[in-house]
Amino acid sequence: MSNRAIDAKGLVKRYGSTIAVAGVDLAVNAGEVVGLLGPNGAGKTTTILMLLGLTEPSEGSVRILGKDPLRQPLEVKQEVGYLPDAVGFYETMTGRENLAYTARLAGIPQDLARERIGAALDKVRLSGVADRRVATYSRGMRQRLGLAELLMRNCRVAILDEPTSGLDPQSTQELLALIQSLSQHGMTILLASHMLNVVQSICHRVALFNKGRIGFIGTIEELADRIGGGAFVIDVEAEGVDLSTLSARTDGVKSVVPGRRGHWLVEANRDVRPELARLVVEGGGSLRNLDLRRAQLHQAYNRYFAEVGHDA
Amino acid sequence: MTRKGSPFKGAMTIAMKEAADHMTSARMHLIMLLVMLSATGAVYGAIGRITETTAEDPFLFLKLLTIAREPLPSFAALLGFLLPLVAIALGFDAVNGEYARRTMSRLLAQPIYRDAVLFGKFLGAMIVLAVALLTLWLLMTGLGILFLGLPPSAADVVRGLAYMAATLAYAGVWLALAIAFSTMIRSPATSALAALSVWLVLTVFWGMIAPLVAGAVAPIDPLDPMTMVTQYETQQAIARLSPQRLYGEVAAILLDPAARSISPLFFDQLQGAIVGAPLPTLQSLLVVWPQLSGMVAAMILLFTLAYVAFQRQEVRA
Repeated sequence: MSNRAIDAKGLVKRYGSTIAVAGVDLAVNAGEVVGLLGPNGAGKTTTILMLLGLTEPSEGSVRILGKDPLRQPLEVKQEVGYLPDAVGFYETMTGRENLAYTARLAGIPQDLARERIGAALDKVRLSGVADRRVATYSRGMRQRLGLAELLMRNCRVAILDEPTSGLDPQSTQELLALIQSLSQHGMTILLASHMLNVVQSICHRVALFNKGRIGFIGTIEELADRIGGGAFVIDVEAEGVDLSTLSARTDGVKSVVPGRRGHWLVEANRDVRPELARLVVEGGGSLRNLDLRRAQLHQAYNRYFAEVGHDA
Repeated sequence: MTRKGSPFKGAMTIAMKEAADHMTSARMHLIMLLVMLSATGAVYGAIGRITETTAEDPFLFLKLLTIAREPLPSFAALLGFLLPLVAIALGFDAVNGEYARRTMSRLLAQPIYRDAVLFGKFLGAMIVLAVALLTLWLLMTGLGILFLGLPPSAADVVRGLAYMAATLAYAGVWLALAIAFSTMIRSPATSALAALSVWLVLTVFWGMIAPLVAGAVAPIDPLDPMTMVTQYETQQAIARLSPQRLYGEVAAILLDPAARSISPLFFDQLQGAIVGAPLPTLQSLLVVWPQLSGMVAAMILLFTLAYVAFQRQEVRA
C-alpha cells in the first residue's frame, strides 16, 4: 500500500487567459508536514483549493489518500480538514455548538460527536470557554477552535492556510505546539504560510511556489544547499587567524562571512567543523567557539527568490 | 463526470440550523411582529365590518381575510405586500453572508456538496415561512372564533389551507429572488437593496407600467372593439409578470368561492351560471392553476439561477 497522502500531478488552473497555477507536481507522504511558501499570487491557495476539490483543475490530477477529490469529494472531505486564514465560525453559536454543527454535517453520530468534541476542546484548551459564544473569542481562540474541529473529525490530512497570521507570539507558539502534536499523531499536514520561522519550526519539507509552479521542494538543508549558501552554517569564534582566507580552500565550504572581530559565519554543504578546528590550530590561532546552526529558511528563501526572481 | 454520494447529504442539517437562526434572530422577530400586528389589525377591522353588515354567510372565515376596513387593507392584501419583505429578510444574505463571516470555505470543506448548502438554506427559510404563515392563519382563525362565536366550516378550512399553500409559493418566489441576489452580489447590503428594488418595482409600480406597455404594444383601434379586449389581455399578461399580481388573482379566487374568472367574461360565457353561487374548491383551484404554476415556475427558475451561479463560484473566503 502506498504511503502517499497527497499526490498531485501537472495541476494547471486557468481563469480565462490568466494562468494561476501552471503545472504543479506535489507528493506528500503520510505523516509529513510540508510548508507551502511563496509570494502572494504564486498559486498556493489555488493549489490548496484544487486539492480540496473546491475548484476544478483545468488540467492535471489529484489524489488524496488515493481518492480523487472531484469524483469522490465526500470521501476525500471526510478525511481532509481545512483551516483557512482567519477561520470563520457562526458568531451567535458557542464554540461547542459550532463543532456539533460540523459533526452533524460530517455524519458523526451524536454520542460519538459529544465525546470527540469534549476531547478536542480539552486538547486545544478551550473547554473552559466552549459554552461561550464565538463572538467573544479572540483570533487565537478561533484558530484553536479550528484545530479542534480537525481533531474532532479525526482527519488524516490537514490543510492549514496561514494559521498563525495575526496571532500574538504566545498564541502562535501555542498553535504551533498543537500543530506539532497533530503531526506526532500521524496527521499529514500541508501548511501555507508567509511566516518562515513558523514553517522552519514545524515542517519536514518546504515547497517554494513561484509564478504558478513549485520551483523547489525538499528539506530546508537541501534548499540551502541548492541555492549556494550551504545547508550547514557554522559560527566560528577564534583569535590569531584570518579564517576568511584559510577556510576558502576547504572542501565543502561555500562561503565565509566575517562578523564582528574574531567572528565568522561559514556556510558549507557538510559539517566542516573538524577541518575548521584544524585550520585554526595549524594557523597558530586559538579557537573559542565552534557552533553548528541549522540553515535559516528566511535566508535561503530570500536568496532563492533573489536568484529566480518573482512577479509579486 | 459522475460524482459519488448524495447531493442532499447535510441539506437537512443546514436547513434546521438556518431555521433555528432565523427564528431566534432579532431581524426576524421585528418583521414578524410588524406582520402579526398589521394582520391582527386587518382581521379585527374585518370582524367589525362583518358583525355590522353580514347576516349570514357560509364562508365567514374567508371573508375575514378579504374584507378591509379603512385605513387598513384586507389581510390578504396585507400579506401580498408584506410577505415579500419577510422572504427577502430571510434570504438576502443567505450566501454572501457566509462569505462575509468567512465561514463559506470551512462549510464547503465539510463532507457535503454545494447543492446541500443552497438547498438547505432555501429549505430552512421555507420552513420558517411555513411556520409563520400557519401561526398567522391559526391566530386569525382563533380571533374569528372568539369574536364571531362560530367555528369555521370545512370549506373555510380547505380553502384557507389552499390559500396558505399558495401564499407559501408566493413567498418562495421572493425568497428565491433574494437568494439569487445573495449568490450573485458579494455585499449583503447591496443584495438586500437589489431585492427591495425589484420588490418595489413589481409591487408598487408594475400596476402602472403594465397599461403603459400594453397601450404601446396593442393600441386600441376605435373602429374595432375587439382591440380593447386585446389591449386588456395584453395588459393582464404583462401585469402577470409580477408575482404579486399572480398572488392577488389566486387570493381573489380561492378566498371568494363566488368568483368564477380572473379574465374578462362575455355574457354568453355566463349563460346558465347562477350568479353568486359558490364554486367547489377544486374548481376554484383549477381556475387559478396557471397562476399557481406560474409562481412555482418563477420560484424554480430563480432558484436554478442561484444554483448555477453558486456552482460556478470560486470559493476563497
